[in-house]
Amino acid sequence: MHHYTYDGTFEGLLSVVFEAYERKAWPTSIVQESIAQPVMFGENVAVVTDDLKAARVWQGLQKKLSVSALQALYHTYLWEQPGFEMLIFDYARLTFSSNDSIEGNYTAASVLQIQQIAKQVHREKHRMEAFVRFEKTADDLFYATISPDFNVLPLIIQHFEKRYADQRWAIYDIKRSYGAYYDLASTSLMHLSAAQAGRQKGKLPESARHYEEDLYQQLWQVYFKHVNIPERKNPKLHLRHMPKRYWKYLSEKKVHPLL
Amino acid sequence: MNERITEKLTILADAAKYDVSCSSSGGKRKNENKGLGNAEGMGICHSYTEDGRCVSLLKILLTNFCIYDCAYCITRKSNDIKRAAFTVQEVVDLTINFYRRNYIEGLFLSSGIFKDADYTMERLVRVAKKLRQEHKFNGYIHLKTIPGASEELIKEAGLYADRLSVNIELPSEQSLQQLAPEKNYSEILVPMGNIKEQLVQAKEERKIFKSAPIFAPAGQSTQLIVGASAENDQQILQLSDNLYKSYSLKRVYYSGYVPVSSDNRLPILTEPPIIRENRIYQADWLMRFYGFDVKEIVDDQHPNLDLEIDPKLSWALRNRHGFPVEMNTADYEMILRVPGIGVKSAKKIVSARRFAPLNFEHLRQMGVVLKRAKYFITCQAKSLQRQDFESQLIRQKILFGDRSVRSALLTQQLDLFRQVG
Repeated sequence: MHHYTYDGTFEGLLSVVFEAYERKAWPTSIVQESIAQPVMFGENVAVVTDDLKAARVWQGLQKKLSVSALQALYHTYLWEQPGFEMLIFDYARLTFSSNDSIEGNYTAASVLQIQQIAKQVHREKHRMEAFVRFEKTADDLFYATISPDFNVLPLIIQHFEKRYADQRWAIYDIKRSYGAYYDLASTSLMHLSAAQAGRQKGKLPESARHYEEDLYQQLWQVYFKHVNIPERKNPKLHLRHMPKRYWKYLSEKKVHPLL
Repeated sequence: MNERITEKLTILADAAKYDVSCSSSGGKRKNENKGLGNAEGMGICHSYTEDGRCVSLLKILLTNFCIYDCAYCITRKSNDIKRAAFTVQEVVDLTINFYRRNYIEGLFLSSGIFKDADYTMERLVRVAKKLRQEHKFNGYIHLKTIPGASEELIKEAGLYADRLSVNIELPSEQSLQQLAPEKNYSEILVPMGNIKEQLVQAKEERKIFKSAPIFAPAGQSTQLIVGASAENDQQILQLSDNLYKSYSLKRVYYSGYVPVSSDNRLPILTEPPIIRENRIYQADWLMRFYGFDVKEIVDDQHPNLDLEIDPKLSWALRNRHGFPVEMNTADYEMILRVPGIGVKSAKKIVSARRFAPLNFEHLRQMGVVLKRAKYFITCQAKSLQRQDFESQLIRQKILFGDRSVRSALLTQQLDLFRQVG
């Protein structure tokens, strides 16, 4: 029994794969060191992240997998749900152990599961691209907060960079306490202090909002209401497309006092 | 000023919503000028109305003043409603400001016909031109082509718009004469033909000169109203098939008629025919993505789609001689025809069986709906059914469950069918 721990980074996880192969000691579990429980039986292996080892594992995978399969592995890392480390390990091991590509082998549990997880993460990414609502600040920054089910912020940056090349914008993940800021030239990651972040939840304070912001939120609400066809009302379908947990982002779902 | 724009938006969004197209995909406009917006690739639904429809575009009329009197249309001349008109600048401001806040993918602009076709079309083009040229806007623009507009204006529209559409609305010339006496089929089909030629020509030119201007890269679409006139599903689907083949349309949209008018030229409906509309969409999908010919879906014996079951299941029950299909050996095309198996599952099946013989558990995990599929397939020559059932019995079992227990939901749905039928 070999219990591996790592620092929680993707490179760290790839280092675990390297270490396991070097020791020929297949992991029973792989856990982030910050949340690892002491183990009663078996050996504890604390892996230190090594960029070179990680790169060698990645290159090995690149030789055998398509870009979309590699992406699915990375998506599984961003999925963050219990057990994702072992899934990635199993997939990597299956890849290294077979001569042919294993990508379409949906009869193997890890292949099918990773394909399904990648789809879930992709869906959440797509939802963030759809449901982010920027508010314009008095100094012309377009600001939005998110708290996605999975850690998809790294996946949506490029989309917003391309789309809003001519405006400054920031998207902050309040659940994971980090954000992305685009300054018309490039995007950087940022952390806000707890006090700042506390203030950033929900709507921007009145003083920070651009003078036209309320008008456009209100016009959007008016539009949303009038594009609806009451005769076709279908709450079930509405909820399927727009589950309630996403409503917090949507200005059209906040009822305006004037309406 | 704020109240005025709010009122205009209220009126002109209300009037535009019966046009169901809201697609924003298929544009090829990349943000290469460091401008605003990017419309390459997939469209995005930024919100959903309470009727469950996608909100992707700011869909409005430039004006709802109209010189025509089409019976099915809320904007018709004889209808006593409030009228309003946006200025070009107002539409531009709304589009830009909604887009910057990530509310929309772009603009879908249509209009009532004021003065004449060209006068109206010229204004629509002006909005698109201003967005593209003055604001470096690369978001999606869908312009409605006004029936009877000149070829030059259509050509110009295509330079700025990602998609153009001319709505046929009524699925036969006879209904058009009855319900929209000022319109005729040639006024609709001529611009449609023009757009098609421009699309082909622009593609040819771009093969030779990379810098040749693009023309409506997301192609053209149209809309048919279902239930405002007497056509059966066979007539509607044959028309669509023809439009896809002869005019290379990207999409035909179907809009279940919402009773917006008490005009005595129209049938009396209490509710829009939503289930019928849904079945027609399913049939449309079968033609476009599942390799079905229109004649396989509807024919003289079955001119209308079955409202209770989907058209693929309906086809399979009429063609039992082709089943069961063995999942480990059948062609992709045939797997695609099995009820309960969609494009994605079919692809997975064909991919996975290269590695190991498939069983029913594999299929279930891949997302196959065995409840419908099990009557039509075998895995390694095994079936989930101990005996061969009659088509009628399979239909019963699928509709009412294996033990034929009627759920409350189903009873309610059947009541709905009765109302619709």
